[in-house]
Amino acid sequence: MHDKTLTQLAKALGSGELSSRELTEHYLQRIQQSGAILNSFITVTADQALERADAADQARAKGTASLLTGVPLALKDIFCTQGIKTSCGSRMLDNFDAPYDATVVEKLKTAGTVTLGKTNMDEFAMGSSNENSYYGPVKNPWDLTAVPGGSSGGSAAAVAAGLTPAALGTDTGGSIRQPAAFCGITGLKPTYGRVSRYGMIAYASSLDQAGPMARSAEDCAHLLNVMAGHDVRDSTCVARGVPDYAETLNAPLSGLKIGLPIEYFGEGLDPEVEKAVREAVSVYESLGATVRDVSLPHTHYAIPAYYVIAPAEASSNLSRFDGVRFGYRCDDPSDLIDLYKRSRAEGFGDEVQRRILIGTHTLSEGFFDAYYTKAQKVRRLIRQDFLDAFEDVDVLMGPASPTPAFDLGAKKDPVSMYLQDIYTIAVNLAGIPGISVPAGFAGGRPIGLQILGTHFAEAQLLNVAHQFQQTTDWHLQRPDFAEESA
Amino acid sequence: MQWETVIGLEVHVQLATHSKIFSGASTAFGAEPNSQACAVDLGLPGVLPVLNEQAVAMAVQFGLAVHADIPEVSVFDRKNYFYPDLPKGYQTSQMYHPIVGPGEVEIALDDDTTKRIRIHHAHLEEDAGKSLHEDFHGMTGIDLNRAGTPLLEIVSEPDMRSAKEAAAYLKAIHSIVTYLGISDGNMAEGSMRCDVNVSVRPKGQEAFGTRAEIKNVNSFRFVEKAIAFEVERQIELIEDGGKVVQETRLFDPERDETRSMRTKEEANDYRYFPCPDLLPVVLDQAYLDHLRSQLPELPAEKRERFQQALGLSAYDASVLSASRDMAEYFEAVHRVCGDAKQAANWVQGELSGALNRENLSIANSPVSANQLGELVQRVLDDTINGKAAKQVFQALWHGEGTSADAIIEAKGLKQVTDTGAIEAMIDQVIADSPAQVAQYCDAEPEKRGKMIGYFVGQVMKASRGTANPQQVNGLLKEKLDALL
Repeated sequence: MHDKTLTQLAKALGSGELSSRELTEHYLQRIQQSGAILNSFITVTADQALERADAADQARAKGTASLLTGVPLALKDIFCTQGIKTSCGSRMLDNFDAPYDATVVEKLKTAGTVTLGKTNMDEFAMGSSNENSYYGPVKNPWDLTAVPGGSSGGSAAAVAAGLTPAALGTDTGGSIRQPAAFCGITGLKPTYGRVSRYGMIAYASSLDQAGPMARSAEDCAHLLNVMAGHDVRDSTCVARGVPDYAETLNAPLSGLKIGLPIEYFGEGLDPEVEKAVREAVSVYESLGATVRDVSLPHTHYAIPAYYVIAPAEASSNLSRFDGVRFGYRCDDPSDLIDLYKRSRAEGFGDEVQRRILIGTHTLSEGFFDAYYTKAQKVRRLIRQDFLDAFEDVDVLMGPASPTPAFDLGAKKDPVSMYLQDIYTIAVNLAGIPGISVPAGFAGGRPIGLQILGTHFAEAQLLNVAHQFQQTTDWHLQRPDFAEESA
Repeated sequence: MQWETVIGLEVHVQLATHSKIFSGASTAFGAEPNSQACAVDLGLPGVLPVLNEQAVAMAVQFGLAVHADIPEVSVFDRKNYFYPDLPKGYQTSQMYHPIVGPGEVEIALDDDTTKRIRIHHAHLEEDAGKSLHEDFHGMTGIDLNRAGTPLLEIVSEPDMRSAKEAAAYLKAIHSIVTYLGISDGNMAEGSMRCDVNVSVRPKGQEAFGTRAEIKNVNSFRFVEKAIAFEVERQIELIEDGGKVVQETRLFDPERDETRSMRTKEEANDYRYFPCPDLLPVVLDQAYLDHLRSQLPELPAEKRERFQQALGLSAYDASVLSASRDMAEYFEAVHRVCGDAKQAANWVQGELSGALNRENLSIANSPVSANQLGELVQRVLDDTINGKAAKQVFQALWHGEGTSADAIIEAKGLKQVTDTGAIEAMIDQVIADSPAQVAQYCDAEPEKRGKMIGYFVGQVMKASRGTANPQQVNGLLKEKLDALL
């Protein structure tokens, strides 16, 4: 069962070949058997899942089901789920049961999906390896000595290992695309404003975006159909019609103009990754696409700009975790200041504290213009780079990450970790969509091809990714781990 | 040394929206603690703000009323600081691009002149909750009902030169916001609060002195008292060779003094930056034109019209236009009776006196404007005399009749102007008062005028106050002089 894609499972449910209860029990059993090894789940909601599965089966019987009714999913533990622990990978929220559902969670519920549980993640989505979790690191199912990527590492590992057909992730600087690449799955970061952020615990509000992580682009299309759309509770969520993303998956690619940003093929790029990406591009040429080099001249400013803007927003977004109303509170505070200091020092991990400090500093009087205002100017230039490129080409292609998954514990110095996101971060600064699709292996570890489109070009990205997956089978490869634990 | 006082005010006006500025929770005052705070107000993880359009419209209406520039784009910023009654750890406010730009307000001074006070800007922001320090045995209770209530902060230029001017400015703002209906202006419930910036400088000096900011002064009277104390404190300090330090002070209304709260060095760095959860507010000309067309006549325009078109004195015009309720009451009385001066006298005299005695607002007056207008009309058409009119007013006040006419009828207060009837009463009084008549006849002619008062009193008494006093006076003089 777990070797099937979400689309195949949905069809099997629709034809009555499978019941949601069978399917849900199967995945729950797999999580129970091998979940501990990967550490990809923080919370497993078995009872609620079975209840939902039975309700889905009843809906099928009554004929009120939609395509995804009864399909099991996992949610990154950043999405608020009513009555269920929503930890955001942090000790700060280890005791927090959200009193409401995030908009996307609500939408998925309405569509009849079944939530298996909440997946592990870097604390407050800050990290590129999933090693910054209060609940411990997640392992990469392709190689248990490797990281799964981050921050949506639990979601990526769980999908790759066949513990769930699909999962939701969030992407602030690459947190869907990079773990998707590291784990050999397909992950889409939609345009900023395409999916509601309401109920998604904020890291950097102007960059955060939720998206699907699954086995194929087709799976992602079906999930995005449910997730996307305007939400009156999120002012930054755009009121713009949602196309049927599955409908255009098979549009022919002849005449597609692909741009390769020269800055994405420079120093620091692993030769095997480069080789895999160039081979993927040649597959597109065989499908009728034309390829040319383009330039995104401000690319090298993306990481510095991101590490001003994201921590600045984070330092403010995370102020509400003060030990007063919810979340972690230190023992026996002597006074208010002691309560604040110790609750936050004990409740937040090192990387979160580091980014709060950076953000607090860059917003301080006397530094604001030099850092924040300057970074916003850079952000506009980066956005313009992409808009200029999309004048000439339809999509951009390059690696999702400079290397395949690195070893657990390999990157001790924060800056070397930050440099991991060199190809993904600019995309969030520009607000455009991006997708990572499996495109090969290096030393047994997956390689991701990143495809970028202009604002609201999700349908095109999914189409372009799907056509690749019709021609190649990288996305169908499974780690031995998934088979052994079957 | 002659000193000059320089004052600027920051007035926080609670806007009368139904729901909060960024959430759908109610803004009603006085509910059980924390019963009117939703997930957004509590700052729960994952929640997002959505701007209340009504708050925007109200802020713009204020801007239009003070002839301010309304920028096309305004932006919300986050003001970051930690405090238990600030749930998100930041207040959403407008630091760099406020919704209302520079404007001005005209204030009326005691000497019947006016002065223009410039407004630097006005911005929208959310209120914080309340910390309750009593009843929690050494702990602090937090009530977040008020958190997220929309505030318009109106910042003046340092244009006021006395406590009286500051109070007049505050009253002008109060009357504008209540005229517009964008706030209930209830200072006791905190709907209007004010921070006062005060400095002194030697008269003639151009540079400002160092200012102190007095926080949270919440009545017109306290504003005057706080400034008076602060000015004296600063002058004394300087004259004793000291220096005023820039600081935040608190006014203690029990002792009529201000006390230091924190100095500039202890001030927070609020780390303002644009709120990424809210889009910039973009207002087009059509929207402004629409709101402008909905504006009511404002206090300054009314005051002007009351003087020019109705011929009221500057003082009367100013008193009667101070509140929208008062002005509308006066205008209704005037419409019914047709005499502005009489209407003004009655509203400011009899009616205001009665309202003050019973501590009632004009909106809750037991005598309606229509009733008062009819009463004044009866005085003007000589149906009753002034004395009877006061009786009728009292009867209306106590609900003894539904209209002036009904009461006049019931109490028989209709003025007697029938000469024959009055002459009969006069003859009777003269016949009943032989001694007084003899005295009158014996008196020096110039003293007789005074003595006639006795006879007038007797006749009025006999008529139970209904005789026309001028008529009585004239006829009596004729009849008594005929006896000489």
